Amino acid sequence: MSELHIVVCGSIVPDPLQTLAPMEGPTGWALKNEMMLPAVLDPWAGHALYEAAALAKKHPGSRVWLVSLAPKAKLQQVMMAVSQKAPFELVVADGPASGFTDSFETARVLAGAIKGIAGLDTGKLLLFGGWQSASRGSGAVMQMVGEMLGVTEQFQGVDKLTLRDDGSMEVKERVEGGAYQISVVSGAPAVFGWATGELPEPPNNPQIGMQNMQKNMPALMQAKPADLSGSGLKLSAVAVPQQRRETRVVKDVPVDDMAREIVEWLKA
Amino acid sequence: MYTLRTLPGDDVRQIMWRFSDRFDLQMSVQSARAIARGVVARLVADGARNTHEWTDQKNELLIAFDQSGLTALFMDPHQGGFIEGPKNLALALVAFELSWVDAGAATCSLASNLALAPIHEKGTPEQRDFYMAKCVPPQPGEDREIWRGAFALTEPLPYVGVDTGVLCGKATVAEWQDGQEPVLQIDKRGRFITNMDFANFVTAAVESADERIKGSFMVILEDTDEGLFDRGAPTLKMVHQLSSTRDPVLNLKVPASRIIGGYEVVDGVIVPKYNHSEIIGAVFHRTRIPVGLMSSAKLLSAVEPVIRYHRNRFRGGDSCKEGSPRFDKGIQINEDALQRLIDVWASGEAGCSLAFAASRLADAFDPVEKAKEAHFEAQGVTGPRKQMAALRAIGDQVKECIDLEYAPAAERDQARLDALKADTLVQYASMEALAGVLNPGVKLWNTGVGATMMREAVALVGGYGITEDCPGFLMQKWADTQLEATYEGPEAVQRRHLTLTMTSEVFQATMSAWVRQMQRAGRDVPGLGGFVLASAMELWQWTLNHLQNATDDEGRKLFHNKRQGVTFPMADALGWLLGPYFLACDVMELIEKGPMSPTLADGIDDLTGFYKDICHVQAARAAGEVARICTELVYGYNECKCSAPSALPGDHGDCCRDELPEFRALKARIDMCMAGSRKARDRAGNALIEVMIPEALDYPMG
Repeated sequence: MSELHIVVCGSIVPDPLQTLAPMEGPTGWALKNEMMLPAVLDPWAGHALYEAAALAKKHPGSRVWLVSLAPKAKLQQVMMAVSQKAPFELVVADGPASGFTDSFETARVLAGAIKGIAGLDTGKLLLFGGWQSASRGSGAVMQMVGEMLGVTEQFQGVDKLTLRDDGSMEVKERVEGGAYQISVVSGAPAVFGWATGELPEPPNNPQIGMQNMQKNMPALMQAKPADLSGSGLKLSAVAVPQQRRETRVVKDVPVDDMAREIVEWLKA
Repeated sequence: MYTLRTLPGDDVRQIMWRFSDRFDLQMSVQSARAIARGVVARLVADGARNTHEWTDQKNELLIAFDQSGLTALFMDPHQGGFIEGPKNLALALVAFELSWVDAGAATCSLASNLALAPIHEKGTPEQRDFYMAKCVPPQPGEDREIWRGAFALTEPLPYVGVDTGVLCGKATVAEWQDGQEPVLQIDKRGRFITNMDFANFVTAAVESADERIKGSFMVILEDTDEGLFDRGAPTLKMVHQLSSTRDPVLNLKVPASRIIGGYEVVDGVIVPKYNHSEIIGAVFHRTRIPVGLMSSAKLLSAVEPVIRYHRNRFRGGDSCKEGSPRFDKGIQINEDALQRLIDVWASGEAGCSLAFAASRLADAFDPVEKAKEAHFEAQGVTGPRKQMAALRAIGDQVKECIDLEYAPAAERDQARLDALKADTLVQYASMEALAGVLNPGVKLWNTGVGATMMREAVALVGGYGITEDCPGFLMQKWADTQLEATYEGPEAVQRRHLTLTMTSEVFQATMSAWVRQMQRAGRDVPGLGGFVLASAMELWQWTLNHLQNATDDEGRKLFHNKRQGVTFPMADALGWLLGPYFLACDVMELIEKGPMSPTLADGIDDLTGFYKDICHVQAARAAGEVARICTELVYGYNECKCSAPSALPGDHGDCCRDELPEFRALKARIDMCMAGSRKARDRAGNALIEVMIPEALDYPMG
């Protein structure tokens, strides 16, 4: 397999350090002050995007699209960081990114957006996304997008994808008990719901960012409102878990420190 | 009453600081932020600041700057950069983000640019392209070492420091064969030279010690040049330890082509195109802005950790039950804690508004300055005196342009304004006068007052504030402000600079336009503090005019270059006015543009309500300072004439100072215009109780 057409589905979520409080508004459930909170690319989708970029780099002529259902103004802010990390073309459906949207409707909008991508060869399609989401994590969207596009070869919890010379692909998926399952698929098209993958977040590269944004700003500016009206989903109540949170929220702790702390906790 | 929902995010800043349509700048912000809250914060938390040496650990900073594009930020695209045109605002935004965590890291990032700045501003095209390209990180596939530079002006005592005119660095002719390029012997000792641990080249200021070289100049020295390139001992500074600083000893032979800007040989004498003062003037014109900004960024960075500390202060104690006010609000149950933090916040906002305005002006001024040079060259108007005369001749047009520019758009003659703005010299004169005030004003006020306010932030965290592991590194930030107030010209230098520029007729015309603008703001934007600010500006202007004509009891002129007891406080007073003026402009911009932002529209009234109050608080504080300073200067140089010991103070006829009723009226107006300012402080303070903050700081603690 030489050229790949990789479509990554991914949206944004509030920065994980923020306190999140569900509240019901005139248009349904949302997070308190959601539009004013800083947002980041959904980490699961981020892993998928960086894996896609790495694969595309190894296969000259490949293309990567990021298809996102998100409020476009907020998405634009997030793109200022994400677009520096890997080359991609952005496809935007302007709509809510919160975890309160019907998964089926989300999948329908994403599938519709993917079908509308000019120049996409579905015979070369690798459909990437997160196998979970940091917003609500139904874990169902990617499967449904694949079905709607007629892509039935699907893998979830993927940590590694190796392309072989004959066009087949070896897939390393997470299964229960910390074990992995290795499968081989004969070729594209296929769906891959990524777990964390194996790649670190790429450093920012403003040259890539400038190239991306010159292409992607029009996509953001011209994004049409997504039609999510088909949903029959009604959330009668939403609450954060009552269990008291004992988590200490920190960032950028070295792995050695984390390991030491876990060992100390186990010993205690 | 309003609720401040969240701390202001990027969308707010992009509108206020006018870069919402610049995705190149927005990306630079994200790059710098990722480094600041990642690599930089980890270095500080790990104690990397606790050594004067440049360690491998600190070197990670340079790699991070290279990888994220910050190193190439200063370059033009054809040199390997990615931003076209002037980059003052871009550099200011990066400095803001880095100093949010550690200003030493910001200095480290800026220092290579400072080394390149003389070459960028006045270097020959060959020098510019060679050194700028060398300093761009290698691209994929390139096999070369990146070069880094150091800017060497400061020398061991008693030489260059405050007075940049005296140099001990010397240049002589080492070799000069017929038809060949001369070779110079450069002997330069530096002090407090940033980047010296790893600099591949140094841009050094030296003076001729040879009759075959005229005057002073700046020259490029490389570490592979013949002779001594001793990086020297590390400077034992207690601050900004994430920047490398040493006292180098350089004694090198270099070709004369390294003279920055080039040279001519006139009657057997090497005549550099630019003397060192001209180059330094062009460089410091711009580089002082981000330094001032660093102090203000730190004030804003203190808000979130202080709120979190206050809220959580009593949790965990036996007497603090969940659900009780002490549990939920902590120290925030006391209005003093809230309102003092508002003072810190307001100072930070004012300083940032001022610094970003100065950066934008510098960006706009760059092409105008070059066009002016080209215009004068084409006209044959050479030499500073002839140019000054030409600019003086268009004084009326410049003032007309300023009047129109600040007038309401609906009421002004737009065609006339457009015509005046198309005139290079009119634009140059107006911008030059303003930049001459804003650049030293940023450096003076933001760092000087910023240091005091940073101390207030430290105090708000009690004993925790003076510890190494205080969230937000407040103690380190406070200490660092002292260097920011010192390097690139300490406060006295900025005051002296302002003494010369603030009296210009063009700037006075600008100040008069600001007064009218703020009076309109007082009327049209209630709660902003426009009236009190306008009144303070009027008092300052009146006082300046009075001091320029008044004498003390001995008949000595009050406003005189040598009388720094008068001139310097007036510069300080002006500094107080600049911040709230530009903050008011930024808040008005937010009021106008915020509703159009989909992310802000929902809570825009709450947000602008808070910002109006913040601006009002700072405007009132500034007005109080201005009134105090002006009163001391207007009255303080004449003895009290009360002759009767039993007379009440000010009661005696001789004390009435009949010539000053206008001053008293202006001052009384300030007093009355303070109306509402403390209620604004109450409201803003109360908003801090409800504001939503993240669960943890997004960078580590020590």
